[in-house]
Amino acid sequence: MASARRSLNVVGKPLPRVDAWGKATGRTRYADDLSLPRMLYGRLLLSTQPHALIKRIDVSRALELEGVVAVITGRDVPVRYGIMPVGQDETALAVDKVRYAGEPVAAVAALDEDTAEEALSLIEVEYEPLRPIMSIEEALRLPEPRIHDYVPAGNIHRLASLEFGDVAQGFAEADYVREDLFFFQGNTHLPMEQHSALAYWDPAEGKLTLWSSTQTPHYVQRALAKALELPENRVRVIATPVGGGFGGKSDPFHHEICAAKLSMLTGRPVKITLTREEVFYAHRGRHPELMWVRTGVKRDGRITAMEFQAFLDGGAYSSYGPATTYYAGTFQTITYRIPHYRFQAVRVFTNKPPCGPKRGHGTPQPRYALEVHLDKLAHDLGLDPVELRLRNLTGPNEVTVNWLHITSNGLRQCIERIVEASGWREKRGRLPYGRGIGFAVSAYMCGAGLPIYYNDMPHSEVQVKVDRSGNVTAYSMAIDIGQGSDTVIATVVAEVLGLYPEDIRLVTADTDLTPIDLGSYSSRVTMMVGNAAYEAAMKARQLIFRAAARELGVPVRRLEARDRTVFDRRDPSRALPFAEAARLAEARFGLISTIGSYRPPQRLGTYKGSGVGPSPAYSYSACAVEVQCDPETGEVKVEKVWLAHDIGRPINPILVEGQIEGSVYMALGEVLMEEQAFRKGQHRAPSMLDYKSPTIKEMPPVVSILVETDEPRGPFGAKEVGQGPLLCVIPAVANAVYDALGVRIDETPITPEKVLKALDEKAKGGPGRVGPERKPDFAFREPTRVERPPGWPHYRPHEEG
Amino acid sequence: MPKRLINLTVNGEAYEVAVEPWWSLLYTVREELGLTGSKEGCGTGDCGACSMLVDGRLVTSCIMLAVEADGCQVTTIEGLATDGNLHPVQQAFVEKGAVQCGYCIPGMVMAAYDLLRRNPNPTLEEVRLGLAGNLCRCTGYAKIYEAVLAAAERMRGD
Ligand code: FES
Ligand code: FES
Repeated sequence: MASARRSLNVVGKPLPRVDAWGKATGRTRYADDLSLPRMLYGRLLLSTQPHALIKRIDVSRALELEGVVAVITGRDVPVRYGIMPVGQDETALAVDKVRYAGEPVAAVAALDEDTAEEALSLIEVEYEPLRPIMSIEEALRLPEPRIHDYVPAGNIHRLASLEFGDVAQGFAEADYVREDLFFFQGNTHLPMEQHSALAYWDPAEGKLTLWSSTQTPHYVQRALAKALELPENRVRVIATPVGGGFGGKSDPFHHEICAAKLSMLTGRPVKITLTREEVFYAHRGRHPELMWVRTGVKRDGRITAMEFQAFLDGGAYSSYGPATTYYAGTFQTITYRIPHYRFQAVRVFTNKPPCGPKRGHGTPQPRYALEVHLDKLAHDLGLDPVELRLRNLTGPNEVTVNWLHITSNGLRQCIERIVEASGWREKRGRLPYGRGIGFAVSAYMCGAGLPIYYNDMPHSEVQVKVDRSGNVTAYSMAIDIGQGSDTVIATVVAEVLGLYPEDIRLVTADTDLTPIDLGSYSSRVTMMVGNAAYEAAMKARQLIFRAAARELGVPVRRLEARDRTVFDRRDPSRALPFAEAARLAEARFGLISTIGSYRPPQRLGTYKGSGVGPSPAYSYSACAVEVQCDPETGEVKVEKVWLAHDIGRPINPILVEGQIEGSVYMALGEVLMEEQAFRKGQHRAPSMLDYKSPTIKEMPPVVSILVETDEPRGPFGAKEVGQGPLLCVIPAVANAVYDALGVRIDETPITPEKVLKALDEKAKGGPGRVGPERKPDFAFREPTRVERPPGWPHYRPHEEG
Repeated sequence: MPKRLINLTVNGEAYEVAVEPWWSLLYTVREELGLTGSKEGCGTGDCGACSMLVDGRLVTSCIMLAVEADGCQVTTIEGLATDGNLHPVQQAFVEKGAVQCGYCIPGMVMAAYDLLRRNPNPTLEEVRLGLAGNLCRCTGYAKIYEAVLAAAERMRGD
């Protein structure tokens, strides 16, 4: 693919983002900044009950209020939808039953916000409470009451049970076996922008337009069409610049469908913006997860077998849960060679806001468990934790035991750079009591290899149009959620055409105007949109070069484009301004409009469940964290973080660093303070004041190290950076706390109370550990046995053409 | 109850606007004046996204009533760039990569602008303190404080 063999002009340069100017001046229009003539304001009425039958809803008083234009309830929008084909279990408003406190039960549209709000207080809902199921243990133990009846049994939503190789044999070969239990608390994205959607139904055209803060306009289009019973081509979704997503705006949401329905009923535009409290209920965040891991090793630390079990608290609906269930066990193998591996997971329903994908989608929890577990194993064996990992690393160009194809792999370099930069060897175990250093590694995919719904079409398409003014426009459904996708597209196209990113006009994220991109999730955009943009731009360049070659009287292969000029490499005085070359090309070929399409390579695995995990490439990270802990207060202060990331090659190093720093920040929030926790069925902290997240004062310095491996499948060698670097930070903090104080906090967040409790226990002669004590009593079904790739780990797949 | 008429001077322009007594300054500026640069991240005074200057004082405008600002000079993010030129604080945010999703940025820029007016030569600690009321979920703050320090340097003309 497009490897960086020649010197590059804009790729890899620390240029400002193309959207920074608008964002720094307040000019960027987010969804809630939009309004239309005669627009109505919508609000949602939320359930006060975690689990209840709806006996009666009376909206008559609300309808009588002056200024109220429409009120709808579940019966008006009864069609089920959901992000995954196997999880069509949501309705825009609850029908007959509510499944979590905060679930929308009615929606109003009024002339102004004050009236809409007042109308909510006039809607009467009579509930018949059911017993709420609020934990993994309860969900496994209590088959009744059932939260959903569409699943085969009780409150079990999804199951996975796979075995690669022969785990019994692997454990028989082990010299030492260790097992551990961990709990990862749920937490939420907390994007700064509250979700917002503006819908407009045009009766003349019979067409719905929705502007929404969404990461997945294409999937929202499909869900709207389904829920509102409209043909898909009568629904246009325009994703507005997303003011923070982190996975939290990847589902179709209640307010989007309600705004649309209210607009269809009233014939007027309707906007619904969630309040901050409502954003906590919209959620789709990190699954609380209980994990058990057991590993067998040789005396020298080489892994012989591993068993991993995960119990996921899914909240009240499916969301991305079927995928999350598999992500609990899929990526352990892309960092370490595990000769025999068994993975089992169960996702349960509980009466809480639905969990879904948050940065790292289902993989931070198992990564935390795995990396702390390996740290303990290393201590048991008297090995340096870094050394233990080095003895088990995967390499480039290999296929994992669960059939994932690793292409480039810079994990070893990441580790070496971190060990050196952080002073690991001098510091580990040698810092004064209270101070400690911890280490961990991680890996992530560069885009899910399969789409959410099965189809064999491309995942990403880009159109490039060059007009006679020399203006270049790139069309793509990708949506910039802050990760910088606009800048990536502009940079790739500019590089190919010899222009600058600011020269490229972008038309993005509009299902009517732009060709497909599946969305800003699974770290797929740089890889997939980048490749499609590269292909489209190369085709445009070819036409422009052919026209320029004729004009300049030089062969096409000698031409180069740079600094807005097309020129002869051998004699640069033979040159044309880009715009002139574009005019010649249009004169000769007609409209210069070219396309690129990207489809990920075929997956290698064919077993059930093999659809989750394959990706064109994997990014790698390693990190060290130094902490200062106060044994008196239990407070953990992170002093410094070193993070090395295998980026393949950076399209823009400032953006890459920004993603690393943001990932570190988000990880520190998760490991030290953030909790989406509940009491008596209610969210404990649905406000920014009560939901603790790190401020600028808590943020330590971060040393970012970019490792370049030139990924053969990436555009200009690039891989992802938006999610991977978050994963290793969480266990590195936990391991640092152990190095500092000799206590193990096997449960996030690591709060001062837990640290004190562990210290106290240790002082009394105990092991000094806080964490889950018991694995739930749950019988997984026998695992499906999957053959390992023949000759593993030396199996080589046939390279695709 | 009839609306109340108040006078606001926003970014140098005078407005007379009828407000309900419970409307916040943020709501009024966004919805009635159409200046949507200031953002609501919480509406409860906890995130700083709505920061603006009222008579030279930095406020979280979501919890200030519009009637309290009657007769005041208000500066919002839209008032910082002059004649199409970015203010040095904005310029530094753009150049240092301090902007990601951008939603916190109007508030951040206003807080930084306010800080540098009061303290043209802040230390890193002072920058952290000055921006502690502004949450950002994207950047991890590092590039934000680098930008503020760079802007300070540029504004001092060192
Ligand atoms: S919106 Fe005013 S402080 Fe958050
Ligand atoms: S840039 Fe997204 S919240 Fe700060």
